[in-house]
Amino acid sequence: MSEEEDELILSELDDEELVSQMMDDLYDGLRDEVCEGVNILLERGWAPYRVLTEALVGGMTIVGRDFRDGILFVPEVLLAANAMKGGMAILKPLLAETGAETVGRMVIGTVKGDIHDIGQNLVTMMMEGAGFEVMNIGINNPVENFIDAAKEFDADILGMSALLTTTMPYMKTVIDEMKEQGIRDDYIVLVGGAPLNEEFGKAIGADAYCRDAAVAVEKAKEMVARRHNQRASG
Amino acid sequence: MTTHVPDDSTLRDDGFSAQLAGSVLLIACGALAREILDVKDKNGWDHLDLTCLPAILHNSPDQIVPAVKAAVEKNRSSYDRIYVVYADCGTGGLLQAACDDLGVEMVAGPHCYSFFEGNDAFAARDEFTAFYLTDFLVRQFDAFVWEPLGLDRHPELRDMYFAHYTKLVYQAQIDDPALTAKAQDCAARLGLDFERRFTGYGDLERTMADWA
Repeated sequence: MSEEEDELILSELDDEELVSQMMDDLYDGLRDEVCEGVNILLERGWAPYRVLTEALVGGMTIVGRDFRDGILFVPEVLLAANAMKGGMAILKPLLAETGAETVGRMVIGTVKGDIHDIGQNLVTMMMEGAGFEVMNIGINNPVENFIDAAKEFDADILGMSALLTTTMPYMKTVIDEMKEQGIRDDYIVLVGGAPLNEEFGKAIGADAYCRDAAVAVEKAKEMVARRHNQRASG
Repeated sequence: MTTHVPDDSTLRDDGFSAQLAGSVLLIACGALAREILDVKDKNGWDHLDLTCLPAILHNSPDQIVPAVKAAVEKNRSSYDRIYVVYADCGTGGLLQAACDDLGVEMVAGPHCYSFFEGNDAFAARDEFTAFYLTDFLVRQFDAFVWEPLGLDRHPELRDMYFAHYTKLVYQAQIDDPALTAKAQDCAARLGLDFERRFTGYGDLERTMADWA
C-alpha cells in the first residue's frame, strides 16, 4: 500500500472519530493536525466551547494523567501543550465573541529570582481550557507584581510557581505581605512547582499545593465554587 | 592510596561503592565520586569509606530521599559515623528533614553548584539567569540535559526551556582544556553565552575536612 493511501484524511472522519483522532494527535504533539481538526469541527457547526472541552481539554487531560503516572515525560507534555496552544489560538477569539461564562479569574506568575515558567504556562493553558480567565504575569515577580496584578485583574485566585529550593520561600513573603495589607482572605492562594510539597504549602499559609496542572484546575474549581456558595449563603 | 573511580556511565546509572572497612561512611551522589575520592586520597583520609547512589537521581529529586534513607539504614550498624554528601538538590527541604530524623549530617546549601563555589559566594551572586554545569555534568551533558529534555528528538523545544537563561556557567573543579571546550560546545548547543569559573572543590572539601 502506498504512503498516500495510508494517509488519514481528517475531514472524512465522522465527529466521534475525528475527536478521537484529535486526542491522539494532541497526545503526539501534532499541532498542525490539531488545528486542522479544530477548524473542521467549527465548520461542522460545533460551538467553540464544545471543541475546546471535548477535543482539546479532553486530550490534554489524558496527557496530564499519563505524565502523572510516569508514562509521558516533560518533552512530550510540552509538545502536546504546543499542539493544544495552536488549537486554543483559533478558539480564543471565538470564545470571547460568544461570551462564554467565566468560571473564575486567576493571576499566576513565577516568584522573584526564578525564571522557570514551563509549569505556570501549562497551568495557564489548562485553567483557560477549564473556563477561567488567566492573567499570566511571567517570571521573576516581586511581591508587588502579584498584589498589583491580583487587584487590577480582580482575581479570585493568586497562583505562584517556583522551580528552585532557593526561590520557593519567596511564596511566603508574598502571603505575609497579603496578610500585612489585610487582603489575604480576598484571594484563593494556590502554589506549585517541582520542589514543593503539601507540607510546604500548609506551612506558608497557601490554600492548596497543586502537584500538577490538572490538580490546579480541580482545586481552583472546587475552591471557587465553595467561595461562591459561601457568599451566596452569607 | 588512590581509589579506583568507575566510569561516568556506571556512576550515573548504578552508583558505586568503595567500602573498605573504614569507620566513617560518606553516602554521596554519584556525580561527586571523583571529587570526593580526590579529596580523600589527597588528604590520606583512609578511614573514610564512600558509597555513591546513581547520579541520575539528580533528575528525579523525589527519589533521592528514599534512596538516602535506605542507604543510611543499611549501613548504620557497620559505621561509627555516617554523613550524607548531598545538598538539598531539589528535595524542597525533605532531605534535610530526613537527615535530621536519621541523626546524620548533610552538606549545607541548595545544590552542588552552590557548595562548589562556596555557599556564601554563590548566594551573593544572585545569578538566577545562569545555567550551571560541573565537571561531571559537562562530561554527562547528553545524558543529564540534552536527552532528558528531549532535545535530541525535538530541538525545537530548546527555547521553551532556555529562553530566559542568559549564560551557561561552567564551574570547573579541575583544569582540563578538553572539558572547557566541551562546556563551551554545550553553551553553543543551548544558545547561551559561556563563562568558565574555576571553583575547585569549595565547601565540599571544607565540609569533608570537618567530618574527617
